[in-house]
Amino acid sequence: MTIPLDSAVTLQSLLASGELSAVDVARSVLERAAATESTVAAFTYRPDERLLEQAEAIDRRRREGQPLGPLAGIPVAVKDVLCTTDMPTTCSSRMLENFRSPYDATVVAQLRAADALLVGKTNMDEFAMGASTENSAFGLTRNPWASTCTPGGSSGGAAAAVAASVVPLSVGSDTGGSIRQPAAFCGVTGLKPTYGRVSRYGLVAFASSLDQVGPLAWDVADNALLLSHLAGFDPRDSTSLDAPVEDYLAAVSPAATADLKGLRIGLIREHVDHQRLAAPARQAVLDAVGVLTAAGAEVVDVHFDQTKYWVPTYYIIAPCEASSNLSRYDGAHYGFRAQPAAEAAQQHGPLTATYCQSRDQGFGAEVKRRIMLGTYSLSEGYADRYYAKALQVRRLIRDDYDAAFGKVDLLLGPVTPGPAFPLGEKVDDPLEMYLCDQFTVGANLAGIPAISLPAGHDENNLPLGVQLQAPPLGEAALLRAGTVFQNATDHHRRRPQL
Amino acid sequence: MSDRRDADGRYPFKTVIGLEVHAQLRTASKLFCRCSTQFGSAPNTQVCPVCLGLPGALPVMNEHAIELAITTGLALNCDIPSVTKWDRKQYFYPDLPKGYQISQFDMPICAEGYLDIPDPADEGETRRIGLFRAHLEEDAGKSMHDEAAGRDHSRIDLNRCGTPLLEIVSKPEMFSAAEARSYLTELKLLLTHLGVSDCEMQEGSLRVDANVNLHIEKDGKRIATPIVEVKNMNSFRAVERAIQYEAERQYQEWEDTGNTIETVSKRTFGWNDATEETFVQREKEESADYRYFPDPDLVPVHLPKERIEAAREAMGELPAATRERFQTQYELKAYDADVIVNQGPAMVTYFETAATASKDPKRTSSWIQQDVMRTLKERQEEIGAFPVSAETLGQLLGEVRAGRLDNNRARDVFQHLLTHGGSVEQATAALGIEAVDDSELDALCDELLAENPQVVQHVQGGKPQAVGALIGKAKQKNPNINPGQLRETLLAKIAAM
Ligand SMILES: [Zn+2]
Repeated sequence: MTIPLDSAVTLQSLLASGELSAVDVARSVLERAAATESTVAAFTYRPDERLLEQAEAIDRRRREGQPLGPLAGIPVAVKDVLCTTDMPTTCSSRMLENFRSPYDATVVAQLRAADALLVGKTNMDEFAMGASTENSAFGLTRNPWASTCTPGGSSGGAAAAVAASVVPLSVGSDTGGSIRQPAAFCGVTGLKPTYGRVSRYGLVAFASSLDQVGPLAWDVADNALLLSHLAGFDPRDSTSLDAPVEDYLAAVSPAATADLKGLRIGLIREHVDHQRLAAPARQAVLDAVGVLTAAGAEVVDVHFDQTKYWVPTYYIIAPCEASSNLSRYDGAHYGFRAQPAAEAAQQHGPLTATYCQSRDQGFGAEVKRRIMLGTYSLSEGYADRYYAKALQVRRLIRDDYDAAFGKVDLLLGPVTPGPAFPLGEKVDDPLEMYLCDQFTVGANLAGIPAISLPAGHDENNLPLGVQLQAPPLGEAALLRAGTVFQNATDHHRRRPQL
Repeated sequence: MSDRRDADGRYPFKTVIGLEVHAQLRTASKLFCRCSTQFGSAPNTQVCPVCLGLPGALPVMNEHAIELAITTGLALNCDIPSVTKWDRKQYFYPDLPKGYQISQFDMPICAEGYLDIPDPADEGETRRIGLFRAHLEEDAGKSMHDEAAGRDHSRIDLNRCGTPLLEIVSKPEMFSAAEARSYLTELKLLLTHLGVSDCEMQEGSLRVDANVNLHIEKDGKRIATPIVEVKNMNSFRAVERAIQYEAERQYQEWEDTGNTIETVSKRTFGWNDATEETFVQREKEESADYRYFPDPDLVPVHLPKERIEAAREAMGELPAATRERFQTQYELKAYDADVIVNQGPAMVTYFETAATASKDPKRTSSWIQQDVMRTLKERQEEIGAFPVSAETLGQLLGEVRAGRLDNNRARDVFQHLLTHGGSVEQATAALGIEAVDDSELDALCDELLAENPQVVQHVQGGKPQAVGALIGKAKQKNPNINPGQLRETLLAKIAAM
């Protein structure tokens, strides 16, 4: 039988009924990876024989009648920004090329506790900084729908691994759109939870006040399944929310998803009318309005005053925090250490020379650019003008959301300005690359949850997405509306020819 | 102040001192992780992903450190704000694995306050030293130059990394080395009394940086010399000596160069304990830009009024109040109250217990200052481990007060208790000390007077002190005799002759 590596929910029932063994699934993952990795290259650490060992252990425990976790035998790929003890944790950076964490990220520990098969580590933009995965120190990932195009970023490998049907579930992270944008580019579903809903312990920090771990999968149901094993309070993360986790599986159940009667959805006018929004992407949003309206939702226009400040605000706050978070990579304690040139050592002393050259050689161009942006924005005399001001604008952006959610239950809009762009197109134009995030960074600045849903394909068969956003802790509402949307559409059922 | 040169040809000047004290808080675990804060373990054995600054690790605040900081702040008369927060102070150094130190920038847990210190120039009086603030921060690790590893190599011990520190910053309101020392002594007493810090300078649990300059009066103008921050002092005495040295050095520098606070920026000097000299560490304080910003991994800390009030209630009596009370309740002199209180809370308790038992606080105070403290010093012991308990000492001194023992016999008993322990009764029995009854005393006096008619004559001739000669003889006949009683009885008998 063909093993449905594109649906965790299906695998779950086949494994439970005994029609499939975990080893069957693991073998299939290895075969699929062998077939697709040469073109897609979704992984920094590829699935290997260790996967079979994990699967054999699951099957043995099932035979012996031992209790198994809900994700027993389900393959899950982990973005290479999450710490794992049994695989390297590189953040796609030369700086951490040989780094192995002595501890598991909380979400990784939770996946292990649920008996998921941890398949490998997925490629990403270095330290999650980028929108195309081209900033990886370990090579490109290609979009499974078009090998000349980017899968998006920074969770490009995570989205591509799902789109290539190597794994049904992928864990990504989203600081400014890093789950939602690659999900849209790869035609899969991805959710950025409320800030604090998922533990950041063991998530290598890019911008601490914006980073959030979340799921990617083909459909909403699989997102719900994975999210229910990621979410929860973690005493090791001071910014983690100590609030009960809603029943996400109930939110996507048939009983909850018959229709959307009574739901008010706000269409973000400034985004739909944005001059940079490509026509097919706009059409995908308008089509979604039709689908949601037909399901009983009321769609109304809403306005956001500060949308033009979203990207500038984000590109001050995120680099400021990044410049600080990445200070620890100095070549002194772990990771890459350069042997300073004699001349530099002479001039600056061996310590400073080691710092400078380790960071110069260990980090890629985009990471260094953001470290410099952040360092500048936090410098004496500039911090008030940039960092402090950005915090004030962030407050206003949150106010915009609060006002909107006073009127509507969810917000609808585009995820990206257009479909996946060709590899190499924006890599030398950072400002153009930064604008990839213009519709997504708001959710990070406001700390609210948002989901990217497959919503169509353009004339080149490249996927397009739409985004739904909800008030804090509104994950269940997003999953419910997303399920209703997917019940009425088949965009998420289309698969790339690979 | 006159601005005339003194006899040495110098203009009058005042030394101006501000102290920054880092006190390590006595928490069991570090400020943001659960690693132990135990001193003296093997290098890098008390570390975890959090204090090593490993990728992905996150800090979680230690509530006990907040508790201790609030208590200290209240004792230092500081305002405790309703909200405080954490900031990152960023710089690169090998003993700082995250590349930033979690500290507090603009919203410290303790705002402005003050500390009243005994005025070293005026016994019994106090001086009020203002405090700018006190804030919490994590300690860095230790860099050790390693001879064996080669000239360019250092070794790093991160055990200390993340240990909670309270940095207490005084205003520049101390005007002599003696005042600085008095401030440190009082601060240490307060911190140890509250149990918030061990304050061991040798172990680094108390570190002092002194900012020193001079205000010179010349031609009706006040000239300020450049500020020097002196570091690496490992005892209060070293602080005192370093300030004295700096005052002289700065005056000389001003005479030689005319440098003032306007022309030379702040410099950092070290202190060499062996040569008793300060030396330049950093010629020009690089205006370091620490790029402080709120730590996004930590949430602001809300301190409700009730929590602050509860801490105030739990704080109990502070040393300054104890000194006052000892003067009124026990009628001790200011000096004696000072000496006992300055020994710390354990000695305060010891004194109060013993004084209650003896019903003779003044005698108890003098015994503690002489016999007890001298013994502690000789034995290098703490009062907590002293073999003579406060109750036992009190009982012994009660015997003296009741006239059943004289001071010398009491000292014999004390010595016996020190070496053998046990009760006062056991010690007196072991020493063969027995109460002498009146008929025995009577008989002994008659015997002495009969044997020494010349003494009777002297006394009758108006020299009552002559009976003193009989006391030694009496002791030979009966060592348990009480000299006071003996003297009284002898004089009474002679008067009746
Ligand atoms: Zn630790």
